[in-house]
Amino acid sequence: MPDLDRARSGEHQTAPRAVVVVGASHAAVQFAESLRSNGFGGTVQLIGEELHQPYNRPSLSKAYLKGEVTVESLALRGSNWYTDHSIDLTLGERVVRIEHGKNGSGRVHTSKVHSGENEVSSYVYDRLILATGASPRKLNIAGTDADGVVELRSVDDAHSLRDRVASGPVVVIGGGFIGLEAAATIRSLGGTVTVLEAGPRLMGRAVGEATAAFILAAHRTMGVDVRLSTAPEAILTDDHGAVRGVRVAGNDIAASTVLIGVGVEPNIALAESLGLSCAAGIVVDHRGVTSEGTVLAIGDCTVQPHPGADLDLERSVRLESVDNAVEQAASAARVVAGEPDSVRAVPWFWSDQGDWKLQIAGLTGTHDAVVVRSDPDRPRRLVVGYFTSGRLSAAECVNAPADFLALRGALNNGTLVTPEEFADTSAPLKQLLKPQASRASATA
Amino acid sequence: MSKVFYLQPDGVEKVIEGTDGESVMTTAVKNGVRGIVGQCGGALSCATCHVFLAEDELDNFSAPSEDEDDMLDCAATDREPNSRLSCQLLLREGSDIHVTIPSSQL
Ligand SMILES: Cc1cc2nc3c(=O)[nH]c(=O)nc-3n(C[C@H](O)[C@H](O)[C@H](O)COP(=O)(O)OP(=O)(O)OC[C@H]3O[C@@H](n4cnc5c(N)ncnc54)[C@H](O)[C@@H]3O)c2cc1C
Ligand code: FES
Repeated sequence: MPDLDRARSGEHQTAPRAVVVVGASHAAVQFAESLRSNGFGGTVQLIGEELHQPYNRPSLSKAYLKGEVTVESLALRGSNWYTDHSIDLTLGERVVRIEHGKNGSGRVHTSKVHSGENEVSSYVYDRLILATGASPRKLNIAGTDADGVVELRSVDDAHSLRDRVASGPVVVIGGGFIGLEAAATIRSLGGTVTVLEAGPRLMGRAVGEATAAFILAAHRTMGVDVRLSTAPEAILTDDHGAVRGVRVAGNDIAASTVLIGVGVEPNIALAESLGLSCAAGIVVDHRGVTSEGTVLAIGDCTVQPHPGADLDLERSVRLESVDNAVEQAASAARVVAGEPDSVRAVPWFWSDQGDWKLQIAGLTGTHDAVVVRSDPDRPRRLVVGYFTSGRLSAAECVNAPADFLALRGALNNGTLVTPEEFADTSAPLKQLLKPQASRASATA
Repeated sequence: MSKVFYLQPDGVEKVIEGTDGESVMTTAVKNGVRGIVGQCGGALSCATCHVFLAEDELDNFSAPSEDEDDMLDCAATDREPNSRLSCQLLLREGSDIHVTIPSSQL
């Protein structure tokens, strides 16, 4: 292995020359882009097990499920982009084993997907990035292997769900983002949908009570049958092994399709095989560096220090969002290119559920007050602010994208927003974006 | 097929031949045009796809929706009368589009 030997002997090397990224989705593509824009001139190889060109996952439960867009239009970048930026994209290969050597160098071994576990290729690196993402969590009840039980993570999953929607009622297990987005889309296609949520409210830990209740009402208005505090006991099948319903306490709900949307598990098997510290995700620091010190990890597969403005390092979080994948990728690229750290913007997230747009900025958890901003003249809008020691620390908006931008901007700039200003619907929130001086004169 | 002319604030222009039905934002992101981020993929959630559309092409598109209009007020670079969110501008057979990219999006 002359290449590996060369990489391993590079005691004195400063910048890596060969970067391999495991995974080829949001985090990986952004990493490659940021690395090149930081002037990195070595080789960049992305290895992904899926056969499609890297694509946008958020559309899978929305426009793509609705049939509004094609697979091609979901692509994160055009095919030319990879060649123009000298990025080697290997698709349809799964990294099955990694030999990790000294100085951060090593070799990954892959197998072709659909061809068993035979290793077919190997790629040498002197910097390894794990961007392995997450996979749908499995549900431990009878019948989950029946024909008609689907999950929703990949374009192939979305395709099978789309094909099934016309064939009869759908039961969605799990009242989280994915389940609710899919339920709303299926309703808009004229389907019958029931959502079963085991907890007492929707979107469990992700949003506060006021927002959860508002979104619940929205789904009921759309005609989604939402049942809270309802755990499914079994998926019922017919003689041919196809889904016919779901059993809940004393009541069978008919279904031809069951979508399981009970959250995701980070893909950490490779990280564990390398001995990296993992805790419900690959543990990384604020730049994406793992416990081993040379390997980096980015995106849905990671657990990181709370990325708030006032760094709460005691608290670590796993974030599943495009924004997070992009931000972590950009900081990891700076590490690899030898650039200094940059300041991270507040995390944010959006979820479109039918024509209800939910947006979240910042992370809740440390707040001591919640202020709801609602305007009786605009009943479809809701803005909720979380305050920590009198300062805005997070916000949730429904159907208020401009307010959301104003609040996200204020959180990023450290602009002081008082609970009183927040609650006062007579003044638009965008005024908060103005510098303090002109705000003072505007209100004088 | 139609062409999109992307003019950077420093005067450098890039011309991309796009796919009809795709947006000015998607066309930029897929081809690595600097300065159009499009983080939300066109879901009217991020305002990182702000552009100034050529004045004489404003009427080739329907007016901004209420959300787009409100969001433009909060974009990173101050809005102008010809500001649009480029994820809302769809390419149409035979009509070229000229946009200028603002100096900052985030
Ligand atoms: C239906 C759906 C809707 C969503 N909606 C939103 C939304 O509205 N807003 C939002 O912010 N986020 C949304 N998300 C979340 C967002 O898509 C993810 O946060 C983002 O995709 C994370 O990117 P990633 O690169 O970390 O991981 P992933 O996108 O999961 O990519 C990881 C890739 O690595 C590959 N891989 C894993 N292991 C290996 C291996 N050993 N060898 C080779 N390849 C491997 C996987 O196959 C996968 O392609 C949604 C997700 C889904 C599924
Ligand atoms: S891409 Fe997000 S608003 Fe246009």
